[in-house]
Amino acid sequence: MQSAADIVFDAATKTYAGSAEPAVDALSLTVPAGEICVLLGASGCGKTTALTLVNRLTELTSGDIRIDGRSIRDQDVIELRRSIGYVIQQAGLFPHMTIEENIATVPQVLGWKRSRTADRVRELLELVGLPHKEYADRYPAQLSGGQRQRVGIARALAADPPIMLMDEPFGALDPVTREHMQDEFLRLHEQVRKTTLFVSHDIDEAVRMGDRVAILAQGGRLLQYDSPERILRAPADDYVARFVGTDRGLKALTLRSLGELKLDPATGDDEASLRTGDTLRTALSALLAGGAERLPVADESGKTVGSVTVDLIREAA
Amino acid sequence: MHTFFASFSFMTDHFGLLADRTVDHLKLSAAAVAVALVLALPLGVWLGHRGKGSFLTVSISNIGRALPSLALIAIFLGLLGIGFVNVLTALVVMAVPPVLTHAYLSVEQVDPDLVRAGRGMGLTEWQILTRIELPLALPVLFTGIRIAAVYVISSATLAAVAGGGGLGDIILNQVSYGLSGVIAAALWVAFLALAADALFGALRKRLTPRGVLAGRSA
Repeated sequence: MQSAADIVFDAATKTYAGSAEPAVDALSLTVPAGEICVLLGASGCGKTTALTLVNRLTELTSGDIRIDGRSIRDQDVIELRRSIGYVIQQAGLFPHMTIEENIATVPQVLGWKRSRTADRVRELLELVGLPHKEYADRYPAQLSGGQRQRVGIARALAADPPIMLMDEPFGALDPVTREHMQDEFLRLHEQVRKTTLFVSHDIDEAVRMGDRVAILAQGGRLLQYDSPERILRAPADDYVARFVGTDRGLKALTLRSLGELKLDPATGDDEASLRTGDTLRTALSALLAGGAERLPVADESGKTVGSVTVDLIREAA
Repeated sequence: MHTFFASFSFMTDHFGLLADRTVDHLKLSAAAVAVALVLALPLGVWLGHRGKGSFLTVSISNIGRALPSLALIAIFLGLLGIGFVNVLTALVVMAVPPVLTHAYLSVEQVDPDLVRAGRGMGLTEWQILTRIELPLALPVLFTGIRIAAVYVISSATLAAVAGGGGLGDIILNQVSYGLSGVIAAALWVAFLALAADALFGALRKRLTPRGVLAGRSA
């Protein structure tokens, strides 16, 4: 199995039986291999339907979806699903199985040797930051929500699928844990580079997680498919502009870090509270909160490398 | 009161007879429960997996509950004559409803998110049933078997009416065994029913997945 594959939606349409309007209407978009695409929209916009079309939990009415050039219609549905990692809200861990057994589910039905499965479980638990020794024999009920979702992700990665489908995976977590899990997932994604379709209703999450964001409206119509930067700076229409919010100017500031700016020279000997890894939004907030004209910026080692002003941020934005 | 205590001396005096009838009684009961399991368990589990057929299972249960077992035996007297088969059939009809309803409910109540997760991961329907639904269904499923067993053991007493043997032979024959004999056998039946209840209760506890127990205490 290769490490990633592109996903092509080709006029993919789903109309549920007994419903006049399609839930997903002629959706066409390409997710390049290894990227994260966030399907974003309000509830009832068909984003989850679009997601489950890929693993055929929902069957296409018309159109096609191709993974790595191969139509999903031509593949055995069980084999197809085993080649796709699937993560749902609340993780959906099997409560009667230990963490190890949960993660081993797909390798087991694929007929892997015990030793290979055991090695893989060990590797994945380390990858998601849960020490094998401590967690392998626990049950899902003995874990926190964030830990459960880590196991959910590890389980989806078990057979090293080229594709991940994630249906609001962090939706049920508290805001602090959610942000932490988003960072963790991005770090993980740097390592495994799976093509990922990620459903969300949260613009902040979409901007944070997505290489690209697809904004869907009622009836599964695609309004805009762009980088987070473009979505925030150039919304395709009024609906998108309203959806991303009137504070989209501020949100755009989260997309760039101080390190990407040409900073002014440092002045004075003040201790720098900002780091080059901080976003422009954090910097602006610090400037406003402190009532300062100018704040020093240090690199990750703590050495002051320059300073930032409100004007500098305005130019960059 | 005197007769009540006399029933205990009846038990010691006629231990051989009671043991003999108990074996018959249990054989009959076990056969009835076994047949009911073969008929109702796969059907209930399959309907539960499909999530369809609540109407069917509820109807069968209600009909089953509404039919008095003595009436059944009387009806089957005309159809099946006197003897083991008649009584067995009546007892099976009694045992099917609880087994069927509980088998259906036990599988149907499994969290649909888990089934969806399993299906999305590429488990076959059979694997979803055997790896996810049944392990989680076992406790409720066993409650059904437990209820059926208690019903059947207590109702098997009526077997004697149709020549089915068992402890009912003593209970319905006060002329031969005296009141103390009747009470002794009745106590014996009550004890058997309670023992079966305790046995299946213990089994149910053993079969509840550890992870599920962990969830309850957490």
